[in-house]
Amino acid sequence: MELTPDDVRDVLRALDSSGLQELHLELADLTLTVRREGAAGWTAEQQVTRAPQVEQAAAPAAAAEAPAPAAEVGEGLVAVHPPLLGTFYRAPQPGAPPFVDIGDEVGTETVVGIVETMKMMTPVHAGVRGTVVEFRLGNGEFADADAVLLVVEPA
Amino acid sequence: MTTRIRRLLIANRGEIAARVIRTCRRLGIESVLAASDADTESLPARLADRVVRLGPANAAQSYLDPAAVVRAAQAVEADAVHPGYGFLSENPSLARACATAGIVFVGPAPESLEAVGDKLTARSHAVAAGLPVVPGGEAADLAGAQEVAAEVGYPLLVKAVGGGGGRGMKLVAGPDDLAHTLDLAVSEAAAAFGDPRVYLERFVSSGRHVEVQILGDGARAVALGDRDCSVQRRYQKLFEEAPAPLLPDALRAEMAAAALALAEHLHYRGLGTVELLVDRERGSFYFLEMNARIQVEHPVTEMVTGLDLVAEQLAVAEGLPLGLRQEDVVLTGHAVECRINAEDAALGFRPSPGRIHRVVLPVGEGLRVDTHVQGGSVVPPYYDSLLAKLIVHGTDRDDAVARARAALDLLRIEGVTTTVPVHRALLADPEFAAGGVDTTFFERFLDSQLVGAR
Repeated sequence: MELTPDDVRDVLRALDSSGLQELHLELADLTLTVRREGAAGWTAEQQVTRAPQVEQAAAPAAAAEAPAPAAEVGEGLVAVHPPLLGTFYRAPQPGAPPFVDIGDEVGTETVVGIVETMKMMTPVHAGVRGTVVEFRLGNGEFADADAVLLVVEPA
Repeated sequence: MTTRIRRLLIANRGEIAARVIRTCRRLGIESVLAASDADTESLPARLADRVVRLGPANAAQSYLDPAAVVRAAQAVEADAVHPGYGFLSENPSLARACATAGIVFVGPAPESLEAVGDKLTARSHAVAAGLPVVPGGEAADLAGAQEVAAEVGYPLLVKAVGGGGGRGMKLVAGPDDLAHTLDLAVSEAAAAFGDPRVYLERFVSSGRHVEVQILGDGARAVALGDRDCSVQRRYQKLFEEAPAPLLPDALRAEMAAAALALAEHLHYRGLGTVELLVDRERGSFYFLEMNARIQVEHPVTEMVTGLDLVAEQLAVAEGLPLGLRQEDVVLTGHAVECRINAEDAALGFRPSPGRIHRVVLPVGEGLRVDTHVQGGSVVPPYYDSLLAKLIVHGTDRDDAVARARAALDLLRIEGVTTTVPVHRALLADPEFAAGGVDTTFFERFLDSQLVGAR
């Protein structure tokens, strides 16, 4: 069962005429706490606890992605991490040359890629002066916040 | 021909999925959520009667794949597909694929989607229907652009035909900048949209974004009032209200008539929004574009009309004639909507995905929060940042804004950074409170504020 906003309003009407400050309801698939916030009004905190059962459409499920290998870089090398988690792109747009490639020299402010998070693009800066020696993540791959995108040998 | 919808596949996520499920429950329609792997534990998945896997988290392989949507609809034997907004909501290939599979697409006919799907075609239909358009025209090369510029004057905008939502738009201040900006705009349009066509348009320096909600059954249409969506940042709306404040009655009536003329010209069936640019200096309006879907800001119209727009949309999708006459549409009071996003305004509106610990919402008469999150919800990084919409209905604009301020103080979404502080500051701003701000207001407001993170 789910309570609609109308149901919650009905509960409030009943509460308004009572002296109650708070009401806690627990149903099979739902908990609801309605609280009087002084003169400011009422608030509700709702938890739908029903666990969804997911059916499969006709297409076969994609194989689960293997977890990324441990983010170790060799001695004296510097790992470049994403500014926030998201999808890593090596080029400004599909078909364009990459921002940087292996062997390229970078400065601290050099843009080495972009990360798309919630439809927003954030540039990734090298953060160190040196030479790109390795890419750990391919174009279009998902990067966790602690992922290593690429490795730089400092100058 | 009418088809009764008994089982509806919702090919979307987030708050709009939860919103459609609510109407399904009220109408006794079985709801099946088509969820990507990132959304199988989401609140809409918990609310829906059934959940079917649509595909991987990456939207290109799930929410943006028409074949996957049709496959999911066939797997659960759904009568109809509701596409929500964004994703495939205005995609003619999904509408056609549904028709081929004998499934009702809850949206306009593919021909209507195509008619308004690109800016130039939409503009030509608007002209044919008698709507005023911003002076301008297409330009294939520099000579063509100079010709158009001579007609519309400077400053002007170069817009990508394939653009939208502010993408692919460039300002040209004077004749010296035209050649360079045109070259840039054409190459960027080709790269970003796969379509190098651009057109030139007069730049309206102080414009308001006002839109008219319409509903058509293919034969007849009604206008359901207007909304003001001028509070925008980088062409993304943050706050909407209905009706649009401080518009002369005659102008409002002309705008509604224009929107209806376009709907009738297109034999439009479904919910649609005719977006207009109100030139504050000239006191006139121009057609911008038409959105052939339900919109994020539909609740403010629902609050002032008392209608359930999803239910109306489902009814016309079933092939039923409109149950409403224009005189049945009565607007009451004023409604406002604050979009609460998972973004950190103090860091340039940086996205803030993560786990939400606790959600406490204001409740009461005239208050509505449309959301897809609750305590424990995960906000994945793959999709947009909209967490919730706070919608408040008041007797008039001042009342609605005052009540929205009180409601914002009670709202808690803990665990991720949200734009609640931005809305608090916005609702306290005197220029905003006066009403009728233009689309440049919000950036100026941000510059003048030090909006702290929550």
